[in-house]
Amino acid sequence: MALPPPFADWFAARGWTVHPHQTAMLTRADAPSLLLIAPTGGGKTLAGFLPSLVEISENSAHGLHTLYISPLKALTADIRRNLGRPIEEMGLPIRVEDRTGDTSQARRRRQRADPPHILLTTPESLALLLSYEDAPRIFAGLRRVIVDELHALAESKRGDLLTLGLARLQSLCPGLRRVGLSATVEDPPALASFLAPTGAPCEILTADPGPPPDIAMLDTSAPPPWAGGGGRHAIPAVLDQIARHRTTLIFHNTRAQAELFFRDLWLANEDALPIAIHHGSLSREAREKVETAMTEGRLRAVVCTGSLDLGIDWGDVDLVIQVGAPKNVKRLVQRIGRANHRYNAPSKALLVPANRFEVVECMAALDAVRAGDLDGEPRGPGARDVLCQHILATAAAGPFDAEALFAEVRSAGPYADLTRPRFDACLDFAATGGYALRAYDRWQRLKQAPDGHWGLRDPRAAQRIRMNLGTIVEEETLKVRLRPARGGAPLGEVEEAFAATLTPGDTFLIGGQVVRYEALREMVVEVSRSPGRDPKIAVFAGTKFATSTRLAKRILAMFRAEDWPGLPAHTADWLALQRRVSALPERDRLLIETFPYEGRQHLCVYGFAGRNAQQTLGLLLTRRMEAAGLAPISFVASDYATLIWGLEPVDAPSDLMDSNELYTAFAGWLAGNAVMKRTFRTSAVIAGLIERNLPGQRKTGRQATFSSDILYDTLMRYDPDHVLLEITREEAMKGLVDFGRIEAMLARVRGRIDHRRLDRVSPLAAPLFLEAGRVPVKGAAEQRLIDEAAARLMTAAGLS
Amino acid sequence: MRLKQSMNEHPFPLAGTVLTARASGALWWEAERLLAVSDLHLGKADRLARRAGALLPPYDTHETLTRLAAEIEALAPRTVICLGDSFDDDDAARDLPEPATDRLTALMAGRRWIWISGNHDPAPPDLGGTALAELALGPLRFRHIAEREAEGEVSGHYHPKMRRRLGGQSVARPCFLVDCRRAILPAFGAYTGGLATHAPVLDALMGADALAILTGPKALALPMRA
Repeated sequence: MALPPPFADWFAARGWTVHPHQTAMLTRADAPSLLLIAPTGGGKTLAGFLPSLVEISENSAHGLHTLYISPLKALTADIRRNLGRPIEEMGLPIRVEDRTGDTSQARRRRQRADPPHILLTTPESLALLLSYEDAPRIFAGLRRVIVDELHALAESKRGDLLTLGLARLQSLCPGLRRVGLSATVEDPPALASFLAPTGAPCEILTADPGPPPDIAMLDTSAPPPWAGGGGRHAIPAVLDQIARHRTTLIFHNTRAQAELFFRDLWLANEDALPIAIHHGSLSREAREKVETAMTEGRLRAVVCTGSLDLGIDWGDVDLVIQVGAPKNVKRLVQRIGRANHRYNAPSKALLVPANRFEVVECMAALDAVRAGDLDGEPRGPGARDVLCQHILATAAAGPFDAEALFAEVRSAGPYADLTRPRFDACLDFAATGGYALRAYDRWQRLKQAPDGHWGLRDPRAAQRIRMNLGTIVEEETLKVRLRPARGGAPLGEVEEAFAATLTPGDTFLIGGQVVRYEALREMVVEVSRSPGRDPKIAVFAGTKFATSTRLAKRILAMFRAEDWPGLPAHTADWLALQRRVSALPERDRLLIETFPYEGRQHLCVYGFAGRNAQQTLGLLLTRRMEAAGLAPISFVASDYATLIWGLEPVDAPSDLMDSNELYTAFAGWLAGNAVMKRTFRTSAVIAGLIERNLPGQRKTGRQATFSSDILYDTLMRYDPDHVLLEITREEAMKGLVDFGRIEAMLARVRGRIDHRRLDRVSPLAAPLFLEAGRVPVKGAAEQRLIDEAAARLMTAAGLS
Repeated sequence: MRLKQSMNEHPFPLAGTVLTARASGALWWEAERLLAVSDLHLGKADRLARRAGALLPPYDTHETLTRLAAEIEALAPRTVICLGDSFDDDDAARDLPEPATDRLTALMAGRRWIWISGNHDPAPPDLGGTALAELALGPLRFRHIAEREAEGEVSGHYHPKMRRRLGGQSVARPCFLVDCRRAILPAFGAYTGGLATHAPVLDALMGADALAILTGPKALALPMRA
């Protein structure tokens, strides 16, 4: 396909040339599956749409031609505006509409009756559309589906949901062509097989990556602190950079850190530069205000989190600052791409290590970026809680044949290796609940008709199934509003667990302001402004990323150097001292230090397995130590080490590291663990066992709803082999528990354990003493602490 | 013989009697050998399934009856009062599966059994025992929902639950609320949620001296509003 005259003229009139990868997309317009990998700002989205615009304008049939799917609602609105311009200016007879959770009911109904040529949507809205009885009619004639930011979708269960939706679409429209648009990734063929139907070819186009980015560590006059994550030592230098650039994005790894940094930035902002904050816990109003100001070029800087990782064209960003170690090189590269959205101009970025160890990590990340060495964990098989949901949604659309659905599901990349028994377990769960006790013969959710097809027993269930579609399960949060409650401005949200710890008069930070907690009314946290007070910090649900395997490997490789001319002197001296008094960790060995400190015996294990795995290792080791009578008290984990302290010295730490025994401890420990309960809740919501707390429902009081922990405990007691517990174990192993990285580390080390007996704290262990997030060893001690606190309260109230 | 006071229970005075809040969530009146439990919600999973909701693990009725049986075995009460919402709805009472009705019948044998009606189960169950709207016994009055001006009242309905930080730990446990006029019992049923003790309706019912007695691993008293 060549560029027809109206398009060529339109490009020419703007003085634009067509990028080679845009032409390539046109010539390959007939490919059944096509993956385009291009850097940010490379005209990727237009490249995806061009073949559709040409096809529709040359053959203006009615009905849906192209479906565009992006991970962000905001992105669909942005694309609608951006596509509107060329369509209008070329006078093309093309209708483009978006459809997301924010689209009005009336408009959605109209879209189902009379679909536009191009529909812009999200994976969740696609799943919803596919669950309607008239899905075959809505999608009749669909030719192309474009998935934007495919790399981001592929990282989560939303990607599983998407591929199941694509498989369904392919059955409805056999000639459907799939196009994926992605930022730079480490393993393009893996992403291609995620996009294309199982076994089908998928061509990969790679756009010119542009000039290498201009990145460095930010020079600060004060050295970074030994521990902590705020990066506040760098505030003067950051302000100086903001003043010297047009627009700066300042990325943080957590929302709490973004809040603290933003506050201190404003305290030091003597020139009153317009600086705003943006993260996922702020109210939609607050976020939209920032986005608008940003697009209009009224801001000099935005302090943000992953909420700005994707999509929207921010125009004039010319500097990205990453505060805290990036943890993951691929994400760093994508963030850097946010600066300078013009193709063929280098992006400029500065890294701010937040503590001494992060200096090492940032240096390793800089080397990796320069070498183009991207990281990424291989994607596991598709999650089965998502499959349960898909089976229910399919039934909501109409009766289905299990054999045909099984074949369709296996055509989705992540489910290519799904076995029939594992599929059947999900089908049985959807139909009967899948319990050992067959209790629901009369009330089955799905019933098999005489012709063998599965359908809903009660058609009313379709509505509930639709309300629960999607894989994003939020932590329970409460809205925060300024007093008076009804008229007060919404500020954002805090986790319910955090709200429960507040007593009137407590202060916390949200949206850059210090507020005072007044009362909880109808599930709204009422606050008043409280300028100048020292805040408690809100705990947000933001993900704590673990340092990637690839980056950890680079750090360990750096340790093997004779000296470190590239590192600042304070950090190089620190490493040299560690080498002198103990040793530096090595990749194929495991360094364990033991030393006494302040009357306690300490054990430090340098596994470099990432925060989640080091945390799990801490739980497992303390469990074994407890059994061995070593009286562990508490531990703390970072991305690179676990530090445990207790009453007895550990003489033979290698005995503790036996992988078989660790695994046995793991299986026992996992069952009662809070991580499992949290994972269970998420999987139970996705699989349709429990319903989402919809807005407004919780207002009516909490007697009717009960904690998912009760269901977890009941299943563990009466039905431990239930499929949802199996799924929970599968998901926990992949996610927060990350046992796989402990196993990989032990396999690599193969018993080569270096035990250093020291008489004092080692230089590398010292920062761990300042690390937040100590985990007490649970047991008798816990109830004793609670009893003592209750007794003090009774005495204080004169009631005992 | 059981101990007079163990970590299983916390005694408190009400209208001249001495009552005991059990860690299980049941209330024991030693002088009358009377056991009171509230909000069993038997048949809840079944009702949700019937209404085309989710298919929850169908073990809640079994679990609740097992806990009730353990209390009855430990205390050998002469009288058992179920303070309402014993069944998740009237259909649940009628459709209780046979193993569950058999267990209930066995528990009821040889003792007085009183079903107070609740908002979920207004009709009397067809299982034996006596069905009442409320019951006055000595200085105490047993009913489902607390009334503001009552004295010596024992009720349920609200499923009170305390959620707070205690000794550096985050604690969320169903609890009794007691003051000099009344006691409100936690829900005894397996699949039950809780209403926060600071909810306005509970705040309005309970006096300034009110205690919360947490259930769970042990019966633990602390001031309701501290």
